[in-house]
Amino acid sequence: MFLRVALLVLRKDFAIEVRSREILYTTLFFALSCVLIFAFAFVKEGKPLEDAAAGILWIAIAFAGTLALGRTFERERYGETLRALLLAPAPRPAIYVGKLLGIVLLLVVAEALLVPLIALLFQAALFTYPLLLIGLLLTGTVGFCAVGTLFAAMLVRARTRDVMLPILLYPITVPVIIAGVRGTSALLQPAPDEAVATMWIALLVCFDVVFVTLALWTFEPLMTE
Amino acid sequence: MIDFDQVRLVDVSRHYGRRRALSRVSLSARSGEIVGLLGPNGAGKSTLIGILATLIAPASGGVHYGDHAPRGVTAALRKRIGLLAHELHLYPELSARQNLAFFAQLYGLDPHETVDRALDAAGLSDRGDDEVSGFSRGLRQRLALERALLHRPRLVLLDEPFTGLDDRSVRSIVLLATHDLDLADGLVTRVALIRDGRMVSDEPAASGLRARYRALVGGA
Repeated sequence: MFLRVALLVLRKDFAIEVRSREILYTTLFFALSCVLIFAFAFVKEGKPLEDAAAGILWIAIAFAGTLALGRTFERERYGETLRALLLAPAPRPAIYVGKLLGIVLLLVVAEALLVPLIALLFQAALFTYPLLLIGLLLTGTVGFCAVGTLFAAMLVRARTRDVMLPILLYPITVPVIIAGVRGTSALLQPAPDEAVATMWIALLVCFDVVFVTLALWTFEPLMTE
Repeated sequence: MIDFDQVRLVDVSRHYGRRRALSRVSLSARSGEIVGLLGPNGAGKSTLIGILATLIAPASGGVHYGDHAPRGVTAALRKRIGLLAHELHLYPELSARQNLAFFAQLYGLDPHETVDRALDAAGLSDRGDDEVSGFSRGLRQRLALERALLHRPRLVLLDEPFTGLDDRSVRSIVLLATHDLDLADGLVTRVALIRDGRMVSDEPAASGLRARYRALVGGA
């Protein structure tokens, strides 16, 4: 029942996105613009600033993710469809998981474009350890989206939601961003440090477990007005 | 499956910060009754509807659905509640069929059995695959009513709806919140008047509703 509802919500979001392409295009455009602007600032005469690539990758993910979170729940605000979801005889945390999966998938698509672009513009050896990089990106994205999905759902009826979402989200997800940057940076060194990257992945897994558990636990009471 | 033939609110209060939305409101309704919940804007009608729908928790007092209290059986109770609000709870990017299929599956229904029947009842059989964003307000409302009744709810909550209520919901408990006296007049079997979060009257519907409303609530 739980998984069925989560997948149902995911499928519904996917069907809407296939028709509108609104969130996909805006998120990708924003993420790519962000990287290009940083490239203009930090790449001088073909030489990028040392260690900039990891930070820029994660800043682009965080900014694009915030935009996607806001837009996804803006869609549920229109027509008050979030209320209809909450009224359904389904476990409310399953609705949270469905929304979370949708945003994670969207960011994975964005990351699939960001990584080669950053590797190209910043001459970063992002593909030397592909599995470790995928591990960092996946665990970091899940951690960021786990908190973001909860806050975006909570703020859906707040008038100041666009201002409040980043104010609430960034301080709490700072550990995720730091772990992502440090782990990615470890892979981009002249002598890549797999052990350090693995350690940051383990830390991100811990963040994910804590954040997802807390979100599942609090979603029902937080969504009851 | 949980079922009930009566819903009772007992001394229900609700505040938003320092603002009182409901103050010790008691009300009951039985199967077959259409209760008009009348009151001016800001009287607390939507809060009352939200509490009955289990979307808003009362600060004090309780709601009883037959012998059941919402705590512990909320999901099962929700399966017996249908809500149609002013906002229509439809995804405009999806087609009418996709909207109905999504909500049918969310309620554990077989979409193949329910969607065509609902489209037919809404008079939208030939527009089932059209995007809802292209529908007029009237068509959206008809679709939204079918969405709300898709799972044959025992308790039908209508918050500022429209004149689409017919004998399809005759065996349900219907609470209709509105400030539109023309809509309520002749439709409801009982009238509860609410003002400033307080129940000021609860009586069988009779002629002279407008005069009673004016005397008890003012305006109109």
